[in-house]
Amino acid sequence: MEKWKIVLAGSLVGFFGVMLVKFGNPVNMGVCVACFIRDIAGALGMHRAEMVQYIRPEIAGFILGSFIISLSFREFRPRGGSAPLIRFVLGFFLMTGALVFLGCPLRMILRLANGDLNALVGLFGFTAGIITGIQFIKRGFSLGRSYSQTRVSGYLMPAFAVVLLVLLMAKPAFIFFSQKGPGSLHAPVALSLVAGLAIGVVLQRTRLCTAGGIRDAVLLKDFYLLWGLLAIFLVAFLGNLLFNFSQFKLGFIGQPVAHNQHLWNFLGMYLAGMAAVMLGGCPLRQTILAGEGDTDAGVTVLGMLVGAAFSHNFGLAGSAQGVSANAQAAVIIGIVVVTLIGLGVIANNLGLQRKERIGVGS
Amino acid sequence: MVASIQVDARGRSCPEPVMMAKKAVDQGHKEFMVLVDSEAARDNVSRFVKSQGLRVQVEERGDEYVLQVNG
Repeated sequence: MEKWKIVLAGSLVGFFGVMLVKFGNPVNMGVCVACFIRDIAGALGMHRAEMVQYIRPEIAGFILGSFIISLSFREFRPRGGSAPLIRFVLGFFLMTGALVFLGCPLRMILRLANGDLNALVGLFGFTAGIITGIQFIKRGFSLGRSYSQTRVSGYLMPAFAVVLLVLLMAKPAFIFFSQKGPGSLHAPVALSLVAGLAIGVVLQRTRLCTAGGIRDAVLLKDFYLLWGLLAIFLVAFLGNLLFNFSQFKLGFIGQPVAHNQHLWNFLGMYLAGMAAVMLGGCPLRQTILAGEGDTDAGVTVLGMLVGAAFSHNFGLAGSAQGVSANAQAAVIIGIVVVTLIGLGVIANNLGLQRKERIGVGS
Repeated sequence: MVASIQVDARGRSCPEPVMMAKKAVDQGHKEFMVLVDSEAARDNVSRFVKSQGLRVQVEERGDEYVLQVNG
């Protein structure tokens, strides 16, 4: 019973991934949390990469869908205080890694489902990053517990989502909209918003998470979430053959909004996988949690937004032309910083345990 | 007979509540209580302990859940 729910949820995500491409989103970018947050950062003028500026209603939909359904199921719980600054930094570097690969883990699955084998290299990197993150968790990595907060704090991210939609509709002069490139390609606003809301609702109910799927399978031999990921892949694959057949292309070369520098596809997603496990969820899951009142996830989303802005301001993002020296440096720095955070937290937690055992401290 | 214990997994991100329950199981506990405060943690911990052949009873207490695990 549970398994069918997650398979249906994954199928819905895969289906919308296909349909949003059919109705105007860039190829293999029906849904991509990293790309869409990057486009939003561009639209807000936080970076000035002219090709990637658009307020993607899907992101607002994820947050609001999760917000509405969690309210109606009484699962909306304003909470926070679990190492917000660390989460911000992890979100920042998660985004850096994802943008070098050119996509969040969800887009990785959608790229693979349309024949882009570079995504397979990304998947290997992502899995390796998750396994590394698991080693931290097994050794006591924890960002500490959150506590309940005032209701108003839980309303902030949904309010941010509403503001984004208002800006999208009103199109004030200070908001940037790409005239060409991926940012100029988008499905009709209503379809994007409905898809976003539907995905937000379904993911809040099922807790589908791209990092969690692989993490739970490796760590706990629990395949519940992985079934959802398989469903995304299969439905997107069949859907692409059915609805976007002219754009289906198997191979490494000339894939849309992608490059074939294997090492950096691998390492970019390695960084993303590591950070996602330490955060407790992938970028998509963070937007869902942000909608149901988790302000730590809200901070993570803001970290991703700022990470996207820096990526394009400093030329750190990958592109169809490949990966710049700056981008390579950024991935290495990201891996080092995330590793140091992991080791630092573990050292600290071990110290606390020892103190408790000998009865010192609080 | 291992003494019954209480695992406080409130406010923890995934997969910590499950890891904490796993630790209790690995230490040989067959009867213990897990406190959680989110539905995701409630479902994940329940699924895990059931996969270990244990039974679980869920009780809602305000905004929290008490999971009573039995062998």
